[in-house]
Amino acid sequence: MIVRIMGEGQVRLADSHLTELNKLDDELLAEMENGDGPGFRRTLQALLTEVRELGDPLPDDSLEPSDLILPSPDATLEEVRELLSDDGLIPG
Amino acid sequence: MSGVMKRMGMIFRAKANKALDRAEDPRETLDYSYQKQLELLQKVRRGVADVATSRKRLELQLNQLQQQSSKLEDQGRKALALGREDLAREALSRRAALQQQVTDLETQHATLQGEEEKLTLAAQRLQAKVDAFRTKKETIKATYTAAQAQTRIGEAFTGISEEMGDVGLAIQRAEDKTAQLQARAGAIDELLASGALDDPTGMAKDDIQAELDRLSGGTDVELELQRMKAELAGGSSSGQQAIEGGTGQSQTPSQSQQPQDTPRFDKQ
Repeated sequence: MIVRIMGEGQVRLADSHLTELNKLDDELLAEMENGDGPGFRRTLQALLTEVRELGDPLPDDSLEPSDLILPSPDATLEEVRELLSDDGLIPG
Repeated sequence: MSGVMKRMGMIFRAKANKALDRAEDPRETLDYSYQKQLELLQKVRRGVADVATSRKRLELQLNQLQQQSSKLEDQGRKALALGREDLAREALSRRAALQQQVTDLETQHATLQGEEEKLTLAAQRLQAKVDAFRTKKETIKATYTAAQAQTRIGEAFTGISEEMGDVGLAIQRAEDKTAQLQARAGAIDELLASGALDDPTGMAKDDIQAELDRLSGGTDVELELQRMKAELAGGSSSGQQAIEGGTGQSQTPSQSQQPQDTPRFDKQ
């Protein structure tokens, strides 16, 4: 499974890691929906760290579609919320 | 998975597929429509078959009635030959009743035959239409598939460019960071120059130190001047000569022509 950390690159992750990442990911979603900014930042950093540690980075010149995408490390709760709004990443 | 990761991935993919109408596949719609037309054609054909069956049944009934009619006619002829006019009359009257039924059935048969012909014609026309639709449908489907393939190629590029967007973003960030560092370095130079920042290397002085240095330097000069004046005031003439002699070596001719009784350093 290929995971992209926006603004950072892609990593290849074994599917077996998904369960533990899922917990953090769901937590992140809940914090985003609840507007818990500090919690969101903490969980995002934890999730990114975990993905970086568990995954093998893909070379920059490889172009593989990402199965999962994570916000960039400095993304704010508002930015991610905007990304996930109806308009999506590209308006219209 | 329903978290942020999955949702962002889905949005990316949805955006990559935005060129396609995801709500409805025209090929499926065409196939469905063709299926409906086939069903309709089947119904018409079934109707034609039903009418034909009824017609056949009528024909059988007509045959039977005509056979009975012939039989009654024969029976009437035989009865008349045997001198039984009453029996012959009975047979002929029954035959007349049968004939009436035959006439009615023949009318029904003609009507059914007309209906059958009409339905057969309609079925043939419908068949032609359905065939034409099938051809058109296949053409549209082929065109759509080709267009879809083209779109997929476009999508692939869109997808790539979206993925590449991140790489571009990383480069942009690196550039921004560099520019920021350069700006910061420039600002630090200015701050060091103005003395607002201390320079740990001691290469630059702040304005206060510069003023203190200037003042202390000036004091030293003044002190030195005072000391020299005191020496001159209280010192011997040899000292004066030494000074004069010292300076005499580099004096210009006009200066050397000055009268000796005019001291250069006057008493205070």
